[in-house]
Amino acid sequence: MNAPMNAPTGLAVGISERLSATGTANALELRRVSKLFGALAAIEEVDITVRPGERRAVLGSNGAGKTTLFNCITGDYPATAGTIRFFGEDITAFPPHERIRRGLRRTYQISLLFTGLSVIDNIYLACVGVSRKRFSFLRPRRDDALVASAESLVNVVHLDEARDTLVANLSYGQQRQLEIAMALAGAPRFILFDEPAAGLSPTERRDLVEILMGLPSHMGFIVIEHDMDVALRVAESVTMMHDGRIFKEGKPAEIENDPEVQALYLGGGDG
Amino acid sequence: MALVEQRVEPSERPTWFERIPASWWIVGVILLIMPTFASDFVLFQIFGWTFILGIIALSLMLLAGYGGMVSLVQMTVAGCAGYMVAIFGVSAITGISQGWPWYVSIPLALIIAVLFGTISGWLAVRTEGIYTIMITLAIASAFFYFTRQNYVIFNGFSGFNGVLPPRLFGVDWRGPIAFYYLTLFWAVVCYLVVLYLSRAPFGLALQGVRDNQRRMAALGFNVTAHRVAAYAFAALLAGMGGILLTWQSAQISPGTAGIGPAIDILVVAVIGGLRRPIGPFIGAFIYVLLKTFAIDVLVALGLGGERFQLLIGLGFLVIVLWSPDGILGLWDRWRESRGRDPLLDPRGGPMDDRTGDRRGDRRVDSR
Repeated sequence: MNAPMNAPTGLAVGISERLSATGTANALELRRVSKLFGALAAIEEVDITVRPGERRAVLGSNGAGKTTLFNCITGDYPATAGTIRFFGEDITAFPPHERIRRGLRRTYQISLLFTGLSVIDNIYLACVGVSRKRFSFLRPRRDDALVASAESLVNVVHLDEARDTLVANLSYGQQRQLEIAMALAGAPRFILFDEPAAGLSPTERRDLVEILMGLPSHMGFIVIEHDMDVALRVAESVTMMHDGRIFKEGKPAEIENDPEVQALYLGGGDG
Repeated sequence: MALVEQRVEPSERPTWFERIPASWWIVGVILLIMPTFASDFVLFQIFGWTFILGIIALSLMLLAGYGGMVSLVQMTVAGCAGYMVAIFGVSAITGISQGWPWYVSIPLALIIAVLFGTISGWLAVRTEGIYTIMITLAIASAFFYFTRQNYVIFNGFSGFNGVLPPRLFGVDWRGPIAFYYLTLFWAVVCYLVVLYLSRAPFGLALQGVRDNQRRMAALGFNVTAHRVAAYAFAALLAGMGGILLTWQSAQISPGTAGIGPAIDILVVAVIGGLRRPIGPFIGAFIYVLLKTFAIDVLVALGLGGERFQLLIGLGFLVIVLWSPDGILGLWDRWRESRGRDPLLDPRGGPMDDRTGDRRGDRRVDSR
């Protein structure tokens, strides 16, 4: 896993077409997005713009609204106010599956996998979800294109040896890798990684960084991560959140050296 | 069994013939030669009815076992198909029945049953658990009362009699042997289709929806559409069962699809087990045996024969209390315990002197 990986079969299919179709539109554009739970504002008037292919880290203390932000983007929680555009298209009112079919993907803070199925079956299911075979009554043949795509994703996340292992029997680190493989299924244009390094050992974190940095360059992502080493290494830009609002944006070095950020988040403040 | 085949050398891969266990071959042969030694009553009343109830309960197993949706509308869908065959086909109620040929009336009946099941599903899938049960029960009740009160289309309380299967290839398909093979054939077809479907993308996604709807939506699946599609397919199965049921009794009336029969289908599926497609057929066999012979047993014991429902209820209670997975669950546990090595398996191991637990049986509290 030293060499940067190639885009798995089917991963890059349609990407260039879609990019040219959407012209110079931003990958993700949030304008004054808020999410209220009763009187509590989990996120408030959030503005974020991410360019195609850009890799962004979203940092902030617990309760800052990072995961709620992801849930609003993917449609798990409908935004209370504001607009969300994905490659120029207003997806604010779209249900989650429609957003996924447009190339948006996510991983979860706590792995949501099908533990009774094998690794390859989980990835195959993810490939089927963004294909036209969702309602197929026919079992896949050995030469099925989606099976081939799933096989290549097994390789991308270095789970070859665990291909036929039941997910329930995987280590925690392998389950996190599987989450990433499922997010890469189909033709993702943009991925939201929610604390992918949480609970991983130092070796597994190194593997994770390699996987993230080895993703095709056209594939942008936002990563929520508490491990600053991981976050600042894989990201080109950083957004700091605090109390549901955007607190600071900039390059990793700028954020790292910002006294306010240091006071609030990097150990200098009360956290 | 995996959806995507495991990496196995082609020479090591067993053929489909080798994959079928010996016990299945034995059961298959016995079922095929049954008419050579079983009476007409056993063929027509016991096995014919078992296969029909099994098909209808299989439609519930598909929804509840694979989709996590307990529907009480399956018997109603079956009744709807039965009514449609009577209305569009031939019956003794010539004033209402259209008398259309079987190749028109049967497909039309199935299409209407599927539409009815789909609409019921569309109403029910937005709810979970007890609310799904209540909505489907409400639809079943509405259908029962509507058919009982409507004389123009459904002939009210009397319903239709003289609804017979078509005479194809010169065979009287309501004759005990012919009807036995007819129901056996469709039971096997429905069973194999559901078994196959369970590992096809649609079936696997349905199980994914049952386990985690949010995750499935995040993989691009339209959860609502998938669940409605499951209702539609289940309605096709129930509709087939309903037509066979109507042919068996040669009549259809509101009572066929009443509240009692709707709940009976749930009892059948739960007794057999909702985890695998064979469960409903096992449950149906037990239900039919109880319903047919419980009266004789009760009378022999000097009790009122009308109390046979009590025996069915007690049997249901015992199974639910002892094995929530039905007879299949008991069978699985028995096989598991038979194959367990007491020296290696802690559950069969010696007792711990200090705690009284079996060694190795202590769970780690992850809290």
